[in-house]
Amino acid sequence: MKSTFAWKDHTSRRLLKDKAVLVGVVVLSLITISPIVLIISKLVAEGYQQISLDFLIKNTPDTFEAMTAVANGEKIPGGIANGIVGTLLMVTLASAIAIPIGVLTGIYLYENQGKFMANLTRNISDILQGVPSIVLGLISYLWVVKHITNGFSALAGSVSLAIMMLPMIVRSTEETLKMIPQTLKEAALALGVPYHKVILKVLVPTGFSGLSTGILLGISRILGETAPLLLTALGSSIINLDITQPTSAVPLLIWEFYNDPNMIGLIWSSSLLLMAIVLILNIVSKQIAGKRN
Amino acid sequence: MNSDKITKTVLFSVSILILMLAAGMLYSLVGGAIPAFKEFGLKFIFSGEWNPTEGEEKYGALPFIVGTLMTSFGALILCLPLSFSTSLFLGEYFRGTRVARILGLLVDLLAGIPSIVYGLWGFYVLRPALIEIGFGGRGFGIFTAALILAVMIIPYATSLSNEIISMVPNDLKEAAYSLGATRLEVITSVTIPNARSGIVAGYILAFGRALGETMAVTMLIGNTNQIPTSFFGTGNTMASVIANQFGEADGLKLSSLIAIGLLLFLITGIINAAGKLIIKKMN
Repeated sequence: MKSTFAWKDHTSRRLLKDKAVLVGVVVLSLITISPIVLIISKLVAEGYQQISLDFLIKNTPDTFEAMTAVANGEKIPGGIANGIVGTLLMVTLASAIAIPIGVLTGIYLYENQGKFMANLTRNISDILQGVPSIVLGLISYLWVVKHITNGFSALAGSVSLAIMMLPMIVRSTEETLKMIPQTLKEAALALGVPYHKVILKVLVPTGFSGLSTGILLGISRILGETAPLLLTALGSSIINLDITQPTSAVPLLIWEFYNDPNMIGLIWSSSLLLMAIVLILNIVSKQIAGKRN
Repeated sequence: MNSDKITKTVLFSVSILILMLAAGMLYSLVGGAIPAFKEFGLKFIFSGEWNPTEGEEKYGALPFIVGTLMTSFGALILCLPLSFSTSLFLGEYFRGTRVARILGLLVDLLAGIPSIVYGLWGFYVLRPALIEIGFGGRGFGIFTAALILAVMIIPYATSLSNEIISMVPNDLKEAAYSLGATRLEVITSVTIPNARSGIVAGYILAFGRALGETMAVTMLIGNTNQIPTSFFGTGNTMASVIANQFGEADGLKLSSLIAIGLLLFLITGIINAAGKLIIKKMN
């Protein structure tokens, strides 16, 4: 009799412990995702009023204009057009550098599975992915700012962003190609199609959704980068399209606003815009990836 | 036949380009760091003095190395219970359900938030909250930076361990269940031992991520150039000192900052290589 009670007691303790841990896991998981809800609601609450057409098409005001407006209780005039154009310019240029090199390297890795050079390239590319973005800023400063454009420039910013994006594209290209059935490629080769056409007409189109997922994720990652641009693109208060000149970017402007007490009104709206674009790119790329599976 | 050769050559030379890129990065960082190491020798790494006054310039990286390690380890410890619970939620308790999909998407979105937005949120929301509960130093410091870093590395720590945990074979788990084990007992005696090295690798990679985070840390750590004395004091990390002091730097100071960049490059490289090695051994 006694032993049955002890058994019951022991079991109920085990079951209780089991339930307690489950509750703990759920609670801690909810805490884990709370920052994203809190951050987005803060951005929306503080930032939406400042967003208007002017915000998108006008340049940043100088600190004196902003100060007067704040003193008179008005909205800060002007917008972040110089940052938006600068971001578009640098991200486009970075993509133009990183996408072709990244996709070709990914194809090379896929075609040479298990060979020494391919393994070496894959490992180096993986390690490059872990290099902190500020170090990439230093590199681009040493290479481009000091030796090519002889001053801070959009090109220097783009180079640092391109190096950041490159390993992500290499990785996603190789992973995507690995999933394409070998028979498709063999069928094309059996028909006597030249190798470069197999790549262009079979591999790339079949893997297109996977490739674009990787590219979109890469773009969304570099859109919000601030640290490397501080050392390379520097910033500019007007719209600049000359890649050899200092250029602004949305994250750079957020940093400037943060450091200028008169501009605080513009911080949240700029961050809201940046976040919105980054999140949309993230979700779109997930959708594309989801459809494929 | 000829065009095939051209294609192969193009592919090969592009991958050589990646290797040259990495070699070039190391070469340039070493080249830029040479003046600092020539002036201070190896003492550069072990000296705690950072004095930019002209004529008596002295630079040492120790305050920033210590600051980086303190913030990153702090972040790792703070993120552990959260990210580990989340991996269990996604990979074990609610695997394959709609709730898990939504939670997973939200965790992934955490990785999409730019560092500077985390910094702003930390500065305007987290810092006042910390002051409210009696935090000194106007809310700046290693702890504040570690707290925001913990949130930032959660997605990196979670995604790998979640994947590994969900790959533990069902047969093993079912065997344990059939012996009468509770879910918790299955997790502690089957799932975790089987997924151990993958979980460790995920945390190593997340740690590597924390080492190099710049903007959010720069905005919250307080930016002082002495060796931090406590977990709640102010400091600077290797990345934040570069971001902070780069604007006005030239000569010996610039070289010292590049030398710090080189050290950061090497440390993150080693940490990442270690993480990848563990993953490779697993497969």
